[in-house]
Amino acid sequence: MTGIEDGLRDLVPAVLGVLVRRGADFATAEDAVQEALLAAVQTWPADPPRDAKGWLVTVAWRKFIDLARADAARRGREERVLAEPPPGPAVEADDTLQLYLLCAHPALTPASAVALTLRAVGGLTTRQIAAAYLVPEATMAQRISRAKRTVGSLGFDQPGDLQTVLTTLYLVFNEGYTGRVDLAAEAIRLTRQLATLSDEPEVAGLLALMLLHHARREARTDPAGRLVPLARQDRSRWRTDLITEGIDLLQDALTRDRLGPFQAQAAIAALHADARSAQETDWVQIVEWYDQLLALTGSPVVALNRAVAVGEADGAQAGLAALAEVDPSIPRHAAVAAYLHEKAGDLPTAAGLYADAARQATNLPERDHLTRQAARLNQVLGSDWG
Amino acid sequence: MAKYLLLKHYRRNSGPADLVDIPMQEWTPAEIDAHLAYMADFAARLEQSGEYVDGQALAPTGTFVRYDGPGRPPVTDGPFAETKDLVAGWMVIDVDSYDRALELAGELSAAPGRNGEPIYEWLELRPFLTAPPTVTE
Repeated sequence: MTGIEDGLRDLVPAVLGVLVRRGADFATAEDAVQEALLAAVQTWPADPPRDAKGWLVTVAWRKFIDLARADAARRGREERVLAEPPPGPAVEADDTLQLYLLCAHPALTPASAVALTLRAVGGLTTRQIAAAYLVPEATMAQRISRAKRTVGSLGFDQPGDLQTVLTTLYLVFNEGYTGRVDLAAEAIRLTRQLATLSDEPEVAGLLALMLLHHARREARTDPAGRLVPLARQDRSRWRTDLITEGIDLLQDALTRDRLGPFQAQAAIAALHADARSAQETDWVQIVEWYDQLLALTGSPVVALNRAVAVGEADGAQAGLAALAEVDPSIPRHAAVAAYLHEKAGDLPTAAGLYADAARQATNLPERDHLTRQAARLNQVLGSDWG
Repeated sequence: MAKYLLLKHYRRNSGPADLVDIPMQEWTPAEIDAHLAYMADFAARLEQSGEYVDGQALAPTGTFVRYDGPGRPPVTDGPFAETKDLVAGWMVIDVDSYDRALELAGELSAAPGRNGEPIYEWLELRPFLTAPPTVTE
């Protein structure tokens, strides 16, 4: 995506917010904003407007009138929404925030909230969103239009919940990078914008979490596409600019003294980012943050990750003891057990568990990584016996 | 052009009589890398030649499900310990002829395994049923 498009897309929620505030129905207004974006991409390079947002609002409103008129004519109804707009209210930041809340409304399924947020807040086209999620464009179009209908019936008077907005953005970020649309970067852009609209420390916490993970992205895979675990990453490839920004955001959020799960996760990521080598990692503090995170969420996934941290802080046996408290049916349990058993020196058990973990893996790079781990141990064991 | 489904199963021990199926975790890490690189390269070459449509890998465990009458929850069966008949993944290709599909399946089946030897993996080749042609007489 080019620079002009990125700058353009920053304006999308504000423009759509104005249209909806003026009384346009959500679904048609959203289509109109997409058409205005297309017009902008075509005409701005040759003839850039002085007031980009004003231009978009004017063109989008005109497109909306055209679409609504065509729709009204098709339905043979009287034109009722086609009066000139009332002057837009000045509370545009509020409109933009309302739009985030609306597009990730709890009435939507997570998949629908993700799709609608990427289109109506992010300004991505349906084709781009479909490509990012590897589904046919028609499927994604249907998902978006159903979501628009749900949201259209809610309107701005039934605001959603900031928590579902954060969850939605987190889902987008975690989907990662398929090569065609960089969803991680898009999630960061949208969360950055949200952070200018909301003082809630969890928004800053989520942004910090994203930046701290994004900073490690280049180091997470080797040139052959293989996963490189945290301890073996080349830390000189971590992006210090993103780490600095993430840590600053987090420290600022923590001073507000309203801890939430995203801030706690960001604190753990920050402690990793702070360590110049894997050996220098402050595992004792990381365990303390996991304790906080566990108290906040009660999540078994957190308990599992905590067992790894305990294993690093207090030794493999302590890690295995912590692991014994964790529900064995959750994903990656076998992988963690394998790691801790290897650390405890029980290679045959570890090798078997790595093979189990590979069978249970839910993505290919992870499966291949775990298979290699099993193979590595089996080789050591084989040569011992031979 | 005709579309074919290449189905990969978890069954690799049907080649020469002395060939036994060695699970991947008993290969060396370098042999695993060579195998995965061969598969990735195969798909990349088909993309280049305009014959690649789609491909996905599947988790080795699955569940059989069937309807069990009105008002009753569906019946499930499995997962099964015996994985050799389970589908491990698929690739869809769009090629000029059956012969070309056979050639490609043969190539994929020769992916290297333990000691760099081909794994002689069985692949199932299934033609797609297509839409009826416009011209019928």
